[in-house]
Amino acid sequence: MTTNAETFVVSPRVRAATATATVRRKQGFQHGGWFIAPFMLLFVLFVIWPLLRGVYLSFTDANISGEGARFIGLDNYREALHDPMMWDALGHSAYFTLLVVPCITVLAFLLAMLAHNIERGKWLWRLCFFAPFLLPSTVAGNMWQWLFTQGIGLFNETLGIQTPWLTDKSYAMLAIVIETLWWTVGFSFLLYLAALQGIPAHLYEAAKLDGANAWHRMVHITLPMLRNITGLVIALQVLASLQLFDQAVVMFDFGTGPENSTRPFVQYTLEQGFTSYRVGYASAMSVIFFVIIAVVALARMWLLRNREESAR
Amino acid sequence: MTTAVQVSKRSRRPWTPSQIVLTLLGVAVSAVFVAPIAAALFTSLKSEAEAAEIPPHWLPRTWTTQAWRALWSTGNIGNWFINSLVVSVLVTAIVLTVAALAGYGFARTEFRGKGALMGVVMSGLMISPAVLGVPLFTTVQQMGMVDTYWGMILPQCAPAAMVYILYKFFQGVPRELEEAAFIDGAGRWRVFFTIVLPLSRPSLAAVGIFTFIASWNNFLWPYMVTNNPDLMTMPNGIATVMNSYGIQWAQLMAGGLMAGLPLIVVFVFFQRQIVAGVAHTGLAGQ
Repeated sequence: MTTNAETFVVSPRVRAATATATVRRKQGFQHGGWFIAPFMLLFVLFVIWPLLRGVYLSFTDANISGEGARFIGLDNYREALHDPMMWDALGHSAYFTLLVVPCITVLAFLLAMLAHNIERGKWLWRLCFFAPFLLPSTVAGNMWQWLFTQGIGLFNETLGIQTPWLTDKSYAMLAIVIETLWWTVGFSFLLYLAALQGIPAHLYEAAKLDGANAWHRMVHITLPMLRNITGLVIALQVLASLQLFDQAVVMFDFGTGPENSTRPFVQYTLEQGFTSYRVGYASAMSVIFFVIIAVVALARMWLLRNREESAR
Repeated sequence: MTTAVQVSKRSRRPWTPSQIVLTLLGVAVSAVFVAPIAAALFTSLKSEAEAAEIPPHWLPRTWTTQAWRALWSTGNIGNWFINSLVVSVLVTAIVLTVAALAGYGFARTEFRGKGALMGVVMSGLMISPAVLGVPLFTTVQQMGMVDTYWGMILPQCAPAAMVYILYKFFQGVPRELEEAAFIDGAGRWRVFFTIVLPLSRPSLAAVGIFTFIASWNNFLWPYMVTNNPDLMTMPNGIATVMNSYGIQWAQLMAGGLMAGLPLIVVFVFFQRQIVAGVAHTGLAGQ
């Protein structure tokens, strides 16, 4: 596997260029390979190689010891597609994503508008809205597990309600969504805040001169100027939300929620790999998951390109 | 590339009615955001019996540091803290080094297959321990690094996103600055270290801070790669070991705050850089 990383590094062209550290302005510089070599080494070892290995293992019945794996073709994939637990887990991750992404996007935008428009104490709002993001996922999860626990939890007590957040399957996912909103909205909030501060003030001044009221300025200046950052926020959130794991397991004591109603996809793959020792099967699910993530990422690239073309 | 963040300047404008309403709204929303952390702090200052009382109440009736003291005397929390520090500092140092070099290599040097390699690295944006958990684990297992510091550290050290951010930044550095140095006879490496790196301090700070936060808070990978309580990091130890004794809420909240507060304190001091860093990342990502 290291040979992969080194074949390009030690290519004669690169080596020759390193020897003569002279300027070749027209051609550019020839020893760039050395600049990227350390990163590529780590990248090949811990990203590319595991990916290839995952693809290979997915065609075998490998167990955790890694010995005596037989090639079994597409059996793992066939099994996965007929595994109701896999579909459940995938459904939980997708459902969570569908709930969280719009909420975070809108909430982050509103918080940014609020913090941007208050003239005093900007650092205080930033600190308050962003602070939860700085907590480890497990700490945030434990806090909300405790806030949501019936009887001793302050959430129900403060709101004067009796909702069984952690024990009823119709509320369990909602509890994770609320926790995630509180915990991660700060990052998207900061992105929006930066984008708001990057909108040139003269646009607003010109609009004011033309008699545009606050609503018009928002619809015709602020929102269009935030389109790119909104795309980024949504893309990052979709990718992060599909990979739901930490909060979900911590809030339910490393279990799978009431009636298995919250087990996310990542947890199911890890269970197959580490609890059932079915490394081959878990790898097949990882490959499926990778394809899903890649489709989402490619969809975003495709959308961006379309937009650029239509803008021309 | 300058980041478009204005540092809050003290304004001496009058309190207009709309400002009063907005400020009150800001205070209310902030209170909602801070409440869980405050609740955790108050609970950590209750006795275990009081923390489990039904119905619950916000402020301790009798204030006690019992939970904090128990945390220190019984658990391995000091150990976990040091592990977290070692892992996060090393991950940050390695990531800064390799990502800065690679970002510069991709932005400013030519070599065969650069475009293809850049594409491969970008595809790494889609891969994480969550996506490739089990195959990544068996790879690390093959290398004999399960239950070791390096097994925890190295797989966190190849983040394509950080290379991309720095790549975008280096592309924006005016070429003229470098050309002038080349004409004076400086080599590629010297230019990188004496001209480009000092110029990129804000970007490097952003990458460093985010890497540190991500690594300090990382749960999934340390959780997969070690179950030795002596090697665990803070988030990991708190979630697994402290929960497995049967939950003692006051202690759990104290431990959580110990894991979380260092970063919040760092944020208070470096707020300007962090906000500029997010802005910068955002601009690169658009």
